[in-house]
Amino acid sequence: MNWFMLTLVGEDQPAIVAKLTTTLFEGGCNLGEAAMARLGGNFSIMLMVQHSGSVESLETLIAPVAQALGLHLHADRIEGHLHRHLIPDVRVTVYGADRAGIVAQVTSALSSVGFNILDLQSDVGGSDAKPVYIMTLEGQAHDGIEAVEAALGDIAREGIAVDVQSIETLIG
Amino acid sequence: MAVLEILTYPDTQLKQESVAVEAFDTALQNFIADLEETRLAGPGAVGIAAPQVGRFQRIVIVDVSKMKRPVANHGHLILVNPEITSWEGYAVGREGCLSVPDYTGNVIRAERIHLIAFDPTGERREYAMEGFEARAIQHEMDHLDGLLFLDRLVSKRNDLFRRKVFK
Repeated sequence: MNWFMLTLVGEDQPAIVAKLTTTLFEGGCNLGEAAMARLGGNFSIMLMVQHSGSVESLETLIAPVAQALGLHLHADRIEGHLHRHLIPDVRVTVYGADRAGIVAQVTSALSSVGFNILDLQSDVGGSDAKPVYIMTLEGQAHDGIEAVEAALGDIAREGIAVDVQSIETLIG
Repeated sequence: MAVLEILTYPDTQLKQESVAVEAFDTALQNFIADLEETRLAGPGAVGIAAPQVGRFQRIVIVDVSKMKRPVANHGHLILVNPEITSWEGYAVGREGCLSVPDYTGNVIRAERIHLIAFDPTGERREYAMEGFEARAIQHEMDHLDGLLFLDRLVSKRNDLFRRKVFK
């Protein structure tokens, strides 16, 4: 059984996940890790899928249901491995009046101090007239949390609210 | 002394309730020594509970005194028949478990607790704890009631994290 990354994107409607995963299950596939997000009213999902055939046979299996649901479909053969989780040690929250460039600025600053992003969630709240950008990042700060705080200092001084917290994971 | 085998989920024994210790004897001391050796052999565990090694008695060990970023603590604690007598506040924190390898998740715990327990010689002790140490105690004591942190997971997308303002 090979691992594939299956990505489906389209207009959101109820029961998409159930229909997709039932088709995969009945087609002999096994699922690994998965993430679904609803972005701007669009449904999107990434699924690690274990399948005994090729990209083509996986696409053939899922295409009819994807088409019926109006979803774009993409499959890639991947070197998949389970049990490879990394534990984040720093959480960064950013919010402010929305403008182009916040993500690029924040993530470039983080990248400059060796911060490896493991999870990113962002939303635009507020209203059309006054949109508010909110982003939460979790990752590993290889140069330490102080370096992250220093790197984001300029952005904080520009009026974007930046909060940096250490994540102490309790193992017990 | 020996490193004991750690039960891992889905072993159903982890869901079983443990009974109170009645004899504070040499057998208890010996078991506690083994339990501590097992904790130290694991990957950076700040605590361990007896049922995690298949002994269904109300015994936990917690030690948060050696954290990289220091936290308030009462040193190395061996708690027999512990009972939490009061809870206050709540906080979300990330937890993992020797009995649930390769998964960590967010869990809500009381921020401050009062605790009564016996030490390994049968002496009654009382503690007031907060923060990470209080979280560790609550995590370990859950094992005594057959609960795992998986039973208390909260959504990743929540906004309950305590914030301090970036200056």
